[in-house]
Amino acid sequence: MANKIEIENFSVYWNAERYLNSISLEVKMNEILGIIGPSGSGKTTFLRSINRMNELETGFKHEGLLSMDGNDIYSPDTDVVLLRKKIGIVFAMPVPLPMSIYENVVYGVRLSGIRNKQKLDELVERSLTEAYLWNEVKDRLNISGLRLSGGQQQRLCLARVLAMEPEVILLDEPTSGLDPISTAKIEDALNELKSKYTIILVTNNTKQAARVADRTGFFLMGDLIEIGDTRKVFTSPVKKETDDYITGRFG
Amino acid sequence: MRIFGENGVRRILMLTAFSAISALLLIALFILNEGLPFIFRYGVSNFLFTSEWIPAKGLFGIFPMIMSSIWVTLGAMMIGAPLGVAGAIFLTEYAPPAVMKIIKPTIELLASIPSVVYGFIGVMVLAPIIREYFGGPGLSLLAGCIILGIMILPTVISISIDSILAVPRSYREGSLALGATTWQTTHMVTLKAARSGIVASIVLGLGRAIGETMAVIMVAGNSVNIPSSALDSVRTLTANIALEMSYATGMHRQALFATGVVLFIVIIILNSIASTAIRKRKTYK
Ligand SMILES: Nc1ncnc2c1ncn2[C@@H]1O[C@H](COP(=O)(O)OP(=O)(O)O)[C@@H](O)[C@H]1O
Ligand SMILES: [Mg+2]
Repeated sequence: MANKIEIENFSVYWNAERYLNSISLEVKMNEILGIIGPSGSGKTTFLRSINRMNELETGFKHEGLLSMDGNDIYSPDTDVVLLRKKIGIVFAMPVPLPMSIYENVVYGVRLSGIRNKQKLDELVERSLTEAYLWNEVKDRLNISGLRLSGGQQQRLCLARVLAMEPEVILLDEPTSGLDPISTAKIEDALNELKSKYTIILVTNNTKQAARVADRTGFFLMGDLIEIGDTRKVFTSPVKKETDDYITGRFG
Repeated sequence: MRIFGENGVRRILMLTAFSAISALLLIALFILNEGLPFIFRYGVSNFLFTSEWIPAKGLFGIFPMIMSSIWVTLGAMMIGAPLGVAGAIFLTEYAPPAVMKIIKPTIELLASIPSVVYGFIGVMVLAPIIREYFGGPGLSLLAGCIILGIMILPTVISISIDSILAVPRSYREGSLALGATTWQTTHMVTLKAARSGIVASIVLGLGRAIGETMAVIMVAGNSVNIPSSALDSVRTLTANIALEMSYATGMHRQALFATGVVLFIVIIILNSIASTAIRKRKTYK
């Protein structure tokens, strides 16, 4: 399979201190790449480097190469706004925008200039269906997104990304605060979505990576310790640290 | 050394609070007591809606002053509100945080410059410019609007900044992550979420503009008439009281208190609008 994203010797510094150490990996077209590792190991930093969310923060510096479809993401010619439309992200804390469910879903596409009401309606139904939320909210699309439960809010955040029809979807511990049923719904959604999208799933739950990821990478203190087919990483890891982590001996 | 004990401290604090509040209440009652009977005797609509203010003949119509106050305040808002809100947006969303750290306290300091100084600048700098380039006496409605517009800037900017900063960061992040530009994020998400606080800042600025006296007396010219152009000399409600109180007696004196009652009611209404807006912002989250 072709590579969607290529990362070569990519390092990140926060306030001149290094938190990602020369990471190299590829993300294949239409795969789910799982990223696991203890908290503080740089998973979020890595993920938010890919759609350039980190640079909204002060003290961010990077080195090395990060490219999508062969185009350097950090090149001065890259249109960041366009990039973020192609690479959607779902954050750990679900925060809908302070507007209705409907408006949340169409927010991004409206900005891209789509105004046709019928088209927007279709898009809302399709995105909410893909995010496994449609049946729960179809009769109350006009209530504020902030009034949904945590699990529903997270699926709404996924739906608003899907509405953009991005090429890549980044998920940062999307189920960390959710109950098992909401978690299962999100995992089901992801399994269906990978036929259309390339997905990177950071998760604090190793079992989740084992369930849904095609390949899995293990981060530890800013290093990519190991990456490979999920089954292989979980059954016969090459590195001792990986083994310790997935068997729960630390982290 | 325990002179008072816990209970003693409590009593003293209560007494202090009580006397402060009763002093304010007494003043309010005094104004109402002096002004209200006059309003009813003279007739509410005669007092508010006739244009003759000739105390020597017993004519006390404050309509010109009401109109002047309204125009001066509206003009000040038209200058101060857009500038103030735009300044707040620039400082919070576009300027580097370090710039904001320096400029915000500086702007708040502007609020503590005595109004006589603003008035002085108005008389020495602004009025001559208006006289030269636009005509008229210079000391005018326009001069009043500009000076007041500047004077309310600190109120508008600083309260707007606070309410914009109170909007959760995650809203901005969510919007930017969906491919919105900074400006789209600002006006579609941040300003909407901060709206009630921004409204409150404008209403509080309005209250400040209506109540301002010294600077207005100095720059607005003070003739009693319904302004027909921005270059006319005007007298506001506050100016009317301040200018005539030193020699007013009898009916005249009561008429000035009655003017105070009108101002008092307007300010109460504005402040309750502002505090409702602020409360709405708090319950919103
Ligand atoms: N905006 C930031 N400014 C400074 N340091 C940061 C910032 N974001 C993350 N870090 C630091 O980077 C390290 C890795 O954090 P993070 O990427 O959030 O790890 P993880 O997601 O694996 O828990 C942490 O030590 C954190 O303190
Ligand atoms: Mg994280």
